[in-house]
Amino acid sequence: MTRAKPEDDDWNSSKIHAFTFDDDDDEFTKLKESKRAVSSILVDDDDDDDDDDDDDVEKVSWSGEPVGSISWSVKETASSIRSGGEHGFPKINTAPSLPKQGSGYSLSSLFKASTRVYAPELRKPKSECKVNSPCSDIILLSMDKLLLLDEAVSAHDGNVITAVLIYLKKSLSKEIFFQELMVREIALRHYVHYLKEMEEQKTLVELMKLPFSQDDAIHVQDHYTLLERQIIIEATDKKGEAEIFKKFPRKASILNMPIITTLYYSCFYHYGESEGTFSSPANIRSTFRISEKQYILTALGARAKLKSWFDVDSLFNTKNWLGYTKKRSPIGFHRVVDILQKNNAPVQVLKDYVSLIDDAELKLSLAQKYKCHDIVIEMYRDLKDRQQLIVYQGKVERGSHEDRKIDQLLGNMQIRWKN
Amino acid sequence: MAAHLSYGRVNLNILREAARKELREFLDKCAGSKAIVWDEYLTGPFGLIAQYSLLKEHEVEKMFTLKGGRVPPADVKNIIFFVRPRLELMDIIAENVISEEKLPAPREAHILFVPRRSLLCEQRLKEQGVLNSFTNIDEYILDLIPYDGDLLSMESESAFRECYLENDQTSLFHTAKGLMTLQALYGTIPQIFGKGECARHVANMMLRMKREFAGSQNQILPVFDTLLLLDRNVDLLTPLATQLTYEVLSCDSDQCVQNGFKFAQKKPGEGGKDLPTEPKKLQLNSAEELYAEIRDKNFNAVGAALSKKAKIISAAFEERHNAKTVGEIKNFVSQLPHMQAARSSLANHTSVAELIKDITTSESFFDNLTVEQEFMTGVDTDKINTYIEDCIAQKDPLIKILRLVCMQSVCNNGLKQKVLDYYKREILQTYGYEHILTLNNLEKVGLLKPQTTTRNNYPTIRKTLKLWMEDANEQNPNDISYVYSGYAPLSVRLTQVLARPGWRSIEEVLKMLPGPHFEERQQLPSGLHKKRQQGENRTTLVFFLGGVTYAEIAALRFLSQMEDGGTEYIIATTKLINGTSWVKSLMDRPEAQIL
Repeated sequence: MTRAKPEDDDWNSSKIHAFTFDDDDDEFTKLKESKRAVSSILVDDDDDDDDDDDDDVEKVSWSGEPVGSISWSVKETASSIRSGGEHGFPKINTAPSLPKQGSGYSLSSLFKASTRVYAPELRKPKSECKVNSPCSDIILLSMDKLLLLDEAVSAHDGNVITAVLIYLKKSLSKEIFFQELMVREIALRHYVHYLKEMEEQKTLVELMKLPFSQDDAIHVQDHYTLLERQIIIEATDKKGEAEIFKKFPRKASILNMPIITTLYYSCFYHYGESEGTFSSPANIRSTFRISEKQYILTALGARAKLKSWFDVDSLFNTKNWLGYTKKRSPIGFHRVVDILQKNNAPVQVLKDYVSLIDDAELKLSLAQKYKCHDIVIEMYRDLKDRQQLIVYQGKVERGSHEDRKIDQLLGNMQIRWKN
Repeated sequence: MAAHLSYGRVNLNILREAARKELREFLDKCAGSKAIVWDEYLTGPFGLIAQYSLLKEHEVEKMFTLKGGRVPPADVKNIIFFVRPRLELMDIIAENVISEEKLPAPREAHILFVPRRSLLCEQRLKEQGVLNSFTNIDEYILDLIPYDGDLLSMESESAFRECYLENDQTSLFHTAKGLMTLQALYGTIPQIFGKGECARHVANMMLRMKREFAGSQNQILPVFDTLLLLDRNVDLLTPLATQLTYEVLSCDSDQCVQNGFKFAQKKPGEGGKDLPTEPKKLQLNSAEELYAEIRDKNFNAVGAALSKKAKIISAAFEERHNAKTVGEIKNFVSQLPHMQAARSSLANHTSVAELIKDITTSESFFDNLTVEQEFMTGVDTDKINTYIEDCIAQKDPLIKILRLVCMQSVCNNGLKQKVLDYYKREILQTYGYEHILTLNNLEKVGLLKPQTTTRNNYPTIRKTLKLWMEDANEQNPNDISYVYSGYAPLSVRLTQVLARPGWRSIEEVLKMLPGPHFEERQQLPSGLHKKRQQGENRTTLVFFLGGVTYAEIAALRFLSQMEDGGTEYIIATTKLINGTSWVKSLMDRPEAQIL
């Protein structure tokens, strides 16, 4: 199972270790994610060569356990508690991965500014190892982590703060973590808020204890990822600073909502954000592997609600092989019309989509239902059905543009009417 | 004496009387004035055994619902807790008792466990330090509750889940005990047939229990000729299908399963707003004449029945013009109350029928039914169904989706992996990942599972047992398939075939269904063998282990009153269910939003 963004791996993979502190060899350890976690543990922020290609090499720690296995992670935790750091820090590459929010800060840039990293590149030759100290464990000193937290707080970036807190919670010992939080008021506030929302984690832990098949394990993991994302989004959106929140205030928190609901929310409040942000529809779509059909349906609903007809239009534009833009929909256009109509789309908008319906009968009945006169008239003309056209003339306003159009057609000698 | 229980062959009043007697004895044991604190769940079943009047006769002055804190003040000598043996209830009782003992004049406390005592619960009370505070701790063995003249239920809501999901067969033990009680009152049942694992267990337990009582012989002339034990999982399809009998449609899903059901009537107002009328609480059983006539009819036949009744009632009222003599007028006047009751009953049912019609003629009802029937007839059961897809996209109630996908799975003997994965993903993404537990449960009980072999036996079963009758006549049915407008419930068909010509003729099909099938005989003391008269019907007790639907009950009643049927049926079950309540019992976190 591949993930689109290596950063996502980092956040997810380090969590996996956290949940498997007993020695039962449960399904999780077999997940590829563990392997990926291992490969991404190698951090080197000063040079830009990313360690993307390490999957094929089995890495072994000094004690002989394969890196990434449970026993290894247990040992790492035990040893690192004394030294104040833990086994792995997620790999950061220079591409910013967190929502920008106009702050220009990303974890990696924070990192560059503030930390020293000790990374045992077990695979690469020692000469490339940038560390001075003996390559024993992967350590990020606790003081560096706290520096990170301080930087995040001073950036006033809720997302970043929460993100750092999540990491710190997993990687610092409880005592140190709480101790440091006590003296950092803002961070503490964020953390309390985070805890409240995280009540659901208990269920998740239970879920993870059950024997799941491979596919189910993926679903459980998705659940976890979703919750995490929701917390981050919730933390920022709660303040409701952007215009859209003022115009359409949120009715409820996004936490614990299903993925499709979350996507709808994202299409509503965060449409157009780049794929790099956690709250963007594009990011959610790719992270959770949402089908095109589902995506379009959801986005359509959200944009239609906001009456952004232009956005709705672009959903269906594709370029065909000649480079011409064409309209295409994985759901029938009649469905599109239905949804638009439910959101009170004006006739001008509706008629564009009614005209795209393939099935003639359906097209005709919907055109009549929604009073797309032009389409009805054209269809009757194509069917050469004079009687129906006359009947329909009775339904349009006298003297209107449609009325005259029908007159014109009826008077047209060249059309060979069938009745 | 409950009139409705003595209709039909078997007088279930005997059972009811026995239950009442036990209740009286317990109440008298706690001498003096009393207040009963009720476990809410028990009020329904108890209502079928005794009314408040009986309780009053035994000095019950107040009744409260069990809740935390203190028992409300009442000037009585005793407080009796009527509860199921559940741990969480023990905690509440402990709370009540502790605060009671703080009072200057604490009342005496007693517990009546229904249907059985539980060591675990008493242990819990001990831990809470209150076990010794109770004067009397007893059990009230109410296994089988008579719901109607031909219907008994244990109302054990978790029986299906326990047996098929959790491999806990305690409820089967209670079933066997209940059947022993029944035999004590109605005589040993000479023949036992069964199909399914649970059926086998129950039969074994019965035989063993019989041996334990080897000394005493039951001298009662047997009322039942045959007992048929059926596992619910022999027929997983029937409870999933939308029921079409009046009884079911006239109430609001869940409420249907309680006997005195409430129905909230909603009529869509002009602006799409619902105008709920007062929820009516009607005690509906066969004692209400009109209801008895139409309850088991397919809804499409109800209209005709109601209008016929209307004509009869108007004609009866018109009679007053014909009454000339004082005698005749007197006669008419004495009939009036009955006629008025009939007229108001007709009015009630007519308005209910109108509301139902709004639902059954709606596009969504029709579409749903169409897809169900497609599955039942084997159409496209191996593909992703577009109607289900659309429903998920529109976020229809989750239960509806689950019923449909389970139906497709059952009719296809498991879904192709690709199809199953697709449904699972769509459901989890739309309704939330927490439902993964439910999906797992459904797989475990066999309702929604991947295809293991490419062989699908369902079409063979369907053809051999004639489960799909194309020309089902709803107005004047000639076959049980009328209850689902074409589909004959598999469980009832098996019952029907057992009576005539017997299960030997369908050996092959029986092997395709899960679980063993068997026959046992129980020795009757000499002289008690029934000599059947010419044309006299046999009486069979059909016991559904894991739940029975009203549609199946209707179908069995239809068989009972068939001219040359030869058999009359009494129905018993662990629980009265419908598709919704049944699937709900398998959901984990049912209190979370599922709609």
